[in-house]
Amino acid sequence: MNFLSEYIYYIGAFSLIFIGLYIVLIKKNLIKVIIGLSIIDTGINLFLVSLGYITGGTAPIFSKSGLKSDNMVDPVPQALVLTAIVIGVAVLALALALAIKLYKHYGTLNLRKIKEQKW
Amino acid sequence: MRKLIGIILLLIIAGGITLSLKEIPFGIPKTKIGEHFIKKGIEETGATNIVTSVVVGYRGFDTLGEITVLFTAAIGLGALLSIYRKRKADRKAEPVSLIVYTGCRFLFPILLLVGTYIFIHGHLTPGGGFQGGAIIASAFLLMYLGCEGKRINDKVSTVIEVLGGLTFVALGIAGLILGKDFLFNFLPKGEPATLLSAGIIPVIYIAIGLKVGSELAGIIDNLIEKSQ
Amino acid sequence: MEIIVTILVLLMIASAITALIFKDLMNAIIASCIVSLIAAILFYFLQAPDVAMAEAAIGAALVTAIFVIAVKRTKRFEE
Repeated sequence: MNFLSEYIYYIGAFSLIFIGLYIVLIKKNLIKVIIGLSIIDTGINLFLVSLGYITGGTAPIFSKSGLKSDNMVDPVPQALVLTAIVIGVAVLALALALAIKLYKHYGTLNLRKIKEQKW
Repeated sequence: MRKLIGIILLLIIAGGITLSLKEIPFGIPKTKIGEHFIKKGIEETGATNIVTSVVVGYRGFDTLGEITVLFTAAIGLGALLSIYRKRKADRKAEPVSLIVYTGCRFLFPILLLVGTYIFIHGHLTPGGGFQGGAIIASAFLLMYLGCEGKRINDKVSTVIEVLGGLTFVALGIAGLILGKDFLFNFLPKGEPATLLSAGIIPVIYIAIGLKVGSELAGIIDNLIEKSQ
Repeated sequence: MEIIVTILVLLMIASAITALIFKDLMNAIIASCIVSLIAAILFYFLQAPDVAMAEAAIGAALVTAIFVIAVKRTKRFEE
């Protein structure tokens, strides 16, 4: 039980990654696969931010130049995750535009049927 | 059959990762560069928000790459959907009720004000260019959903986006002209915790906020308008 | 405090499994929006206010809107 309460953030992040991987591998509808991609992104960002947490720390922002910098949380993973969130939304927008074009061309969004069609 | 192979593969990977999660302790400092940024952050960049000084000050080149990725995605989406016609503004106007219309018209300038406040004070409080730009794009999404018939002016949005990107690159090249590095902090640093401080960091965040806001609003405009 | 975090993580995993099971795509999109919102709350508990604001504004508002508009242009039900 102690193991569970200490590593709860890691367990949550990796469960999201595995559920997202299962959706991408098994499901047939293209938009469901893109939803799985978004869930994988959220899981990875949660894992990265929870790597930089220090027990008993506080947010890395000074206010009124009086706060002591005794124990602040690591600011480097937060900067990386800020970039990763924006890149995630850019990839999702382009993937959805491609899905719309595929639907208009083939008439279906079922991946097995699209693979069987020859032009 | 396929489902069975997938589940077995995922279980093997999950077992392996669970065995190695014990080696990563939770809540213990893991890197040493974080301490250097916290200790020397204010006197080297002048911004009191340490995450802002890392994103724009110490690692400003990565932010330039991120803006390029967002720009490429917006251009790709516009190019893919550009062969469909824009629908006329009065062809399928769904009537909205009076309460929704008045509420949206009341909330739209308030949302714009909150977004602008967040990206102007990016170096003092939590926030910054990307968060403020996303709130501005949400304001335009509200206008599309609530008010009928109002659309974004394409030319104004393009001009704002282009000016935002050019300002960022011009500030970087100005550092090169002065004889030092790219994106060198050449404006005076001022007093910490005041509005006009931290050199070029607030100017860069204003440019990023305007650019990201108009880009995301343009993505939503392309997705809603172009239909067949 | 630990109990609140445990309940939130279990809710997040349940929403992700919901997004896997449902065949109506609108329900799957709303389930993924709930995953993003609970992740924003967990970012706040990990003392990261910048990341929480970015995830709430971008992940929960704009990504959901883009998904709904794309589903409106294509089919709504799976298969």
